[in-house]
Amino acid sequence: MSQSTTTEIDYNYKVVRQFTVMTVIWGIVGTFVGVLIAAQLIWPALNFETPWLTYSRLRPLHTNAVIFAFGTSALFATSYYVVQRTCKTTLFGGALVPFTFWGWQAVIVAAAITLPLGITSSKEYAELEWPIDILIALVWVSYAICFFGTLVKRKTSHIYVANWFFGGFIITVAVLHIGNSMALPLTLTKSYSIYPGAIDAMMQWWYGHNAVGFLLTAGFLGMMYYFVPKQAERPVYSYRLSIVHFWALVSLYIWAGPHHLHYTALPDWTQSVGMVMSVVLFLPSWGGMINGIMTLSGAWDKLRSDPILRFLIVSLSFYGMSTFEGPMMAIKSVNALSHYTDWTVGHVHSGALGWVAMISIGSMYYLIPAVFNKPKMYSIKLINVHFWMHTTGIVLYIVAMWISGVMQGLMWRAVNTDGTLTYSFVESLQASYPFYTMRFIGGCFVVAGFLLMAYNMFKTIGSKEESMQRDAVTA
Amino acid sequence: MDYGTLRGIFTVIIFVLFIIIVVWAFGKKRKTSFDEAANSIFDEDDNVNKEKQETNKNV
Repeated sequence: MSQSTTTEIDYNYKVVRQFTVMTVIWGIVGTFVGVLIAAQLIWPALNFETPWLTYSRLRPLHTNAVIFAFGTSALFATSYYVVQRTCKTTLFGGALVPFTFWGWQAVIVAAAITLPLGITSSKEYAELEWPIDILIALVWVSYAICFFGTLVKRKTSHIYVANWFFGGFIITVAVLHIGNSMALPLTLTKSYSIYPGAIDAMMQWWYGHNAVGFLLTAGFLGMMYYFVPKQAERPVYSYRLSIVHFWALVSLYIWAGPHHLHYTALPDWTQSVGMVMSVVLFLPSWGGMINGIMTLSGAWDKLRSDPILRFLIVSLSFYGMSTFEGPMMAIKSVNALSHYTDWTVGHVHSGALGWVAMISIGSMYYLIPAVFNKPKMYSIKLINVHFWMHTTGIVLYIVAMWISGVMQGLMWRAVNTDGTLTYSFVESLQASYPFYTMRFIGGCFVVAGFLLMAYNMFKTIGSKEESMQRDAVTA
Repeated sequence: MDYGTLRGIFTVIIFVLFIIIVVWAFGKKRKTSFDEAANSIFDEDDNVNKEKQETNKNV
């Protein structure tokens, strides 16, 4: 707390820089693969008749690339930065720190090789086979040691709230990954889950939904609690609400998984528990969103002039939207309409492109000059252009999927007076084509925005300008 | 005690815990320390004011 004369702290920025750069690179790769498979849905010939480029193999590559390559790299970068800054001490872990970087990149490369080859455990968001799963577990435990080791040797008395969210995310992802990946290996590239039937499905969605809840939510809320106040230059709206937010969120999310298995072989009561818990989850989600947005209270004008802040705050609006939509879709009767349609895809992308990507992009624009010792980004104007491209892309994407999804749901359930189905599946597919094209265009905007970000980043890194503050410190 | 009763008790325990957390967090005694914590991220070692890039004047 009273460490105002600690100018000699030698923060470990190297690993933050590495993860920051890779976040942007994987952002381009992940969204590009997404656009490619979106295009395949319109022009099936784009798989070029090769098994490696079929939709079924590239789709898991896309999800793994955006969640584990882009999103998780952003989490590594920001958590390592925030934990050092708020604990006023350098990163703990020695050689484990570079191991988390190179180990994680190895996981991503292994995913990029094995998934197109068709090597998969076929569990959604956990497709990677057991040797890679073991590497993930090793990297993750090392990550936990580095993060919590730094917390232990902190020079401050209080643990800032962002670290609570990062810490919760790290622990839970370790438990989820190890729990769900339990498998009996048959060969080096094939294994079978140790869980049977409906239990396996429940384990999978306990994992799957908490990957959303902890990796894609709690971790990024950690980002929110540091970078929103920093960029807005005012403390978080209510620190006390942030404490209630944390405990409510972590104790509720873990129960929501069964809503992925409505009307399946899962026991009815389990489905109902999942539904109720998902609806209750609306409260902590909105509590957190309000806490983030209200941080700007009294300084709303900053939104007009600061594109980085705009990324951060608009991400929270998308967070609020998708955490309203999610509980609603978890209600069984709504789910009967929405499940297996494009509505789900739209919902996921309003969360992924709106919340996760926008809060990451905003944080990266803050982080890049800070860790590369530059006064500011090469071009603030380009950040603004990126903001509008990304926003346009998302709006096109989710509006297309909403319309397409509700239409599909209605067409699939329509019956004639004699009880036969009104539409065949192919008819609903045909009706979706215009919306697939609209989604493809939206995706192109997002990829182009990421390319712009990469250009801006490399120009910033390459610039001769040094930050004034460092000179002042070393002088 | 059957499983249902056990779950009922568990629910009550969680609910009471939640109330305790809320009361604890919003207690008057802790207001100043939480305000300090919220502001702690601005208590930077290397030059507080210059740290944020000047994004406001450029657009």
